Amino acid sequence: MAAPTIRSLRSPLGRVRGLGAAKGGTHHWWLQRVTSVALLPLTIWLVFSLARMPDATWQQATAWIGRPFNAVLLLAFLAAAFHHMAYGLQEVVEDYVRGELAKVGALLALKGACFLLWLSATLAVLRIAI
Amino acid sequence: MSKITDAREAVMVGRRSDGTLVRRPLSPHLQAYDMMQMTSALSITHRITGTLWSIGLVFLVWWLVAAASGEASFNGAQWFFGSFFGVVGLMGLTAVAWYHTLAGVRHLYWDSGRGFDLPTTYLTGRAVLIGTAALTALTWLIMLITWI
Repeated sequence: MAAPTIRSLRSPLGRVRGLGAAKGGTHHWWLQRVTSVALLPLTIWLVFSLARMPDATWQQATAWIGRPFNAVLLLAFLAAAFHHMAYGLQEVVEDYVRGELAKVGALLALKGACFLLWLSATLAVLRIAI
Repeated sequence: MSKITDAREAVMVGRRSDGTLVRRPLSPHLQAYDMMQMTSALSITHRITGTLWSIGLVFLVWWLVAAASGEASFNGAQWFFGSFFGVVGLMGLTAVAWYHTLAGVRHLYWDSGRGFDLPTTYLTGRAVLIGTAALTALTWLIMLITWI
C-alpha cells in the first residue's frame, strides 16, 4: 500500500497567515474575545442590578426594565451574551459530539435555540420599554 | 495508518522522522494528565461554568418574558426564584457567573501573551478562586440587605 502524501507545498504557518481556504481564519476566536470584553462591564452591571431587586413587584420590575438606560444595556447584554453562548457551546459540541450527523444536528439545534431565546428576551425588553 | 473517519483527525496527523504518517496524541488527555492539578482543574471548570451559565441566561429570558407578559406570569416567575430550589439555583449561578467572568479575564490576560510561567499561573488561578468567593459573597450580601 502506497503511503499517503501531503499534496500542498505550503507550510501550515503559511496557510494560517493566508487565513486558509475559507478565509475564515480566526473569526470565531476573535468574536469570542470581542463579546467577552463587552460582557465584562455589562455582566457586573446586570448582576449587581438584579441583586438589588429580589423582592421587586411587577410594577417596580417593569419600571426598571423600561428605563431607557437599563433597556439599552439589557439589549446590549442579551446580544453579546447569546452570541458568546452560541459560540462557546458550539466549541463544546464540536469537541465532544461524535459523528457528523449528530454534530451538525446538535449545532443547528443549538444555534436555533440561542436565536429564539435572544429574540424572545429582546422582544420582551422592547415591549416593556416602548 | 487507518482511514480517517472523523474530520477533526485531519489536523491531527504528523510525520515520524522516517517520513511515515502518524496520528498525533490529543492534548490535554485524561490518560496523560493529572486532572487534579489546579491548572487543569480550573481549565475544565471554566468550560463547565460557561455551559452552566447558559441556564442562567434561560432564567433571565424567562424573567424578562414573564415581566412582558403581565403581572400574573411575573409573580409566577418570582415565586420560583424565591422558592428553595430557586434560591439555591441562583446562589450556584452567582458563583458560576463570577468564576467564568474572572477566569475569562485570566484568559484575556493570557491572550496578551503574558502570565504563562508556572508561579504566575498559580497566582492568577488562586486570585480567580478568591475573587469568585468574594464577589459571590458580596452579591448575596447586597441581595439580603435589600430583601430584609
